[in-house]
Amino acid sequence: MKVAKNFKTLMQKREVTLIILIVILTAVVTFRAPGFIKINNISRILNDTSILMIVAIGQFFVILTGGIDLSVGSIIAFSGMAASMMNQYNPALPVVLVLLAGIVIGAVLGAINGVLVTFGKVPPIITTLGTMSIYRGFTFVLSRGQWVTAHEMSENYMNIPHGHFIGISNLIWSAVIVVVLTYYFSKYTRSGREVYAIGGNKTAAHFVGVSKPKVDMIIFSLSGLLCGLAGVMWTARYAAAVNETAAGFELQTVAACVLGGVSVAGGSGGIPGVVLGALFLGIINNALPVVNLSPFFQMFIQGVVVLLAMFVNTLMGKRQEKSVLKRRCS
Amino acid sequence: MKKLLILMMAMVLAGGFVFAGGQQEAKGADEPLKLVLLVKSLGNGFFEAYADGGKEAAKELGNVESIYMGPSTSTAEGQIEIIETLIAQRVDGIAISANDRDALIPVAKKAMKAGIKVISFDSGISLGGRTVDLVPSESELIGRQQVQLIAELCNYKGEVGIVSATSQATNQNLWIEWMFKEIEKPEYKNMKLVEVVYGDDAADKSYREAVGLMQKYPKLAGIISPTTIGVLASAKAIEDEGKQGVVQLTGLGLPSEMQHYIENGTCVQMALWNPIDLGYSSTFILEALVTGKVEGKPGDVIKAGRMGDIVIGEDGLSVMGAPFVFNKDNIAKFAAMFYELF
Repeated sequence: MKVAKNFKTLMQKREVTLIILIVILTAVVTFRAPGFIKINNISRILNDTSILMIVAIGQFFVILTGGIDLSVGSIIAFSGMAASMMNQYNPALPVVLVLLAGIVIGAVLGAINGVLVTFGKVPPIITTLGTMSIYRGFTFVLSRGQWVTAHEMSENYMNIPHGHFIGISNLIWSAVIVVVLTYYFSKYTRSGREVYAIGGNKTAAHFVGVSKPKVDMIIFSLSGLLCGLAGVMWTARYAAAVNETAAGFELQTVAACVLGGVSVAGGSGGIPGVVLGALFLGIINNALPVVNLSPFFQMFIQGVVVLLAMFVNTLMGKRQEKSVLKRRCS
Repeated sequence: MKKLLILMMAMVLAGGFVFAGGQQEAKGADEPLKLVLLVKSLGNGFFEAYADGGKEAAKELGNVESIYMGPSTSTAEGQIEIIETLIAQRVDGIAISANDRDALIPVAKKAMKAGIKVISFDSGISLGGRTVDLVPSESELIGRQQVQLIAELCNYKGEVGIVSATSQATNQNLWIEWMFKEIEKPEYKNMKLVEVVYGDDAADKSYREAVGLMQKYPKLAGIISPTTIGVLASAKAIEDEGKQGVVQLTGLGLPSEMQHYIENGTCVQMALWNPIDLGYSSTFILEALVTGKVEGKPGDVIKAGRMGDIVIGEDGLSVMGAPFVFNKDNIAKFAAMFYELF
């Protein structure tokens, strides 16, 4: 009886539903394209998903407060372009410094978002809608419309994501580190809990002394910082810094969050969900080219699968609410 | 006093006319034809390559002086000013790569009225503002050449995939249609175009699609990607999958961006229009018009040296030829040239 009950509550966890959905999806894809679950393909998918994961986590904290960051794609493009150009003109500069510079540039752009939101009193969606275009414009100005490509990048720069440590690529390691650190931040630090508090109930949080400006500054800077990291990884991975890098990526990050059970109204959700949400999208992205489907159907299928997953996920969430009520009543 | 002044002025003017007339007459058979290549702006390696082509043609033609001009910034106003001075200088022909399709029409008409032959190349002037408009290539030549290039690389056998831009891109789809027509020829009987995938001109999606092609067709012999981001991302994908030499790559790419992959053998050869050829062909066309070899009517054929025959089509539109092929031997030179443009 107890086991059954535990099983039931386990099933009501969003993360668990998502894991099951991922398994089903992988099974379906493998059925159509054997070889999809081979080890080297799994590492391919993880590599491909790492960047989405990193950026989606930044997006998660912003959504957690009830906001949204639409400028992530542009920050990735700008910091990636800036880092690539830094490498192009100073190939001797240690790539660790270039990586750090990219991260700092991203954090600064994120902080600008934060300042506009806190001191300018502009709602996040409007602020980042504006800076999305501004940062993209900056990218064009910085690069004068030119690209930085493989022969202009140093071998070391291109190896930032490709380098290996105990058989796992640096790109995956960076995602793992980001996941661990942000998980700790969201669960066990005061600031991390304050993010949840503001998202849950802004007024109540205010009265117990949570500073919204401080939290906003932290989350937008964090989102920018992670985009900076992603920008360097992106340009180094594809050995190309183009002006259109990551255009439209913001929607994928939002989708990853929502799939992972993060409420767009703020206040609920967690890092594990976001990680799984990103993974789910990554699997779809990598599966679509290998299953035999007309390319004209790909976008359609992608949308349907994402919606379906969300539907199942929220359905499970509803049941959980009901069962909480039941428990309270009894 | 006033009358005297007027008389003097009249005399000066008359003298000017006589002098100018004399100059015109003096230009006999031994005086070379002054043919101008007017580019979008100066100080750009890509455009300066037009000039190289113009000089090459002038040397072959013998009776031609090729003059290279352009405004300091790429504006239609700058070009208009230059054309005005060229009319005053009475050059024989102007080939223009226009900064604006329509803004140059009035001044170009004025030049033509003054007896100067005007054509446009690469970036054309609308109908009415030029006799001939030379375009670098056309869909059929591009599509067929892509198949020829990949066939050479994979010894006329094996499966070939195409990484395109968006599924609705008109030019891409036209080129791909011609690829499918070309591959039906008997020499390609051991080759097959297996699939067209769409990278949407985004690096990440193109990369994923290229990887997908290699996964789906383990025996894949080649990839054609007739789009700049596509060919770049495909090259990276082939490299990361460790399939250099196994999966061959060709496409339409910018030399400045593809230098790395052409030099390391991931993409042995690819194509794009070559600015030298444009300057070269334009000069030949101008010479033919100025000397009256052709009138510039549809159906006229111009012998353009090493570029072969150029046929003038409807509305004066004419096609130069198949795109130029870039490989290890010439990539460094063209990369430097293109880098200044893009």
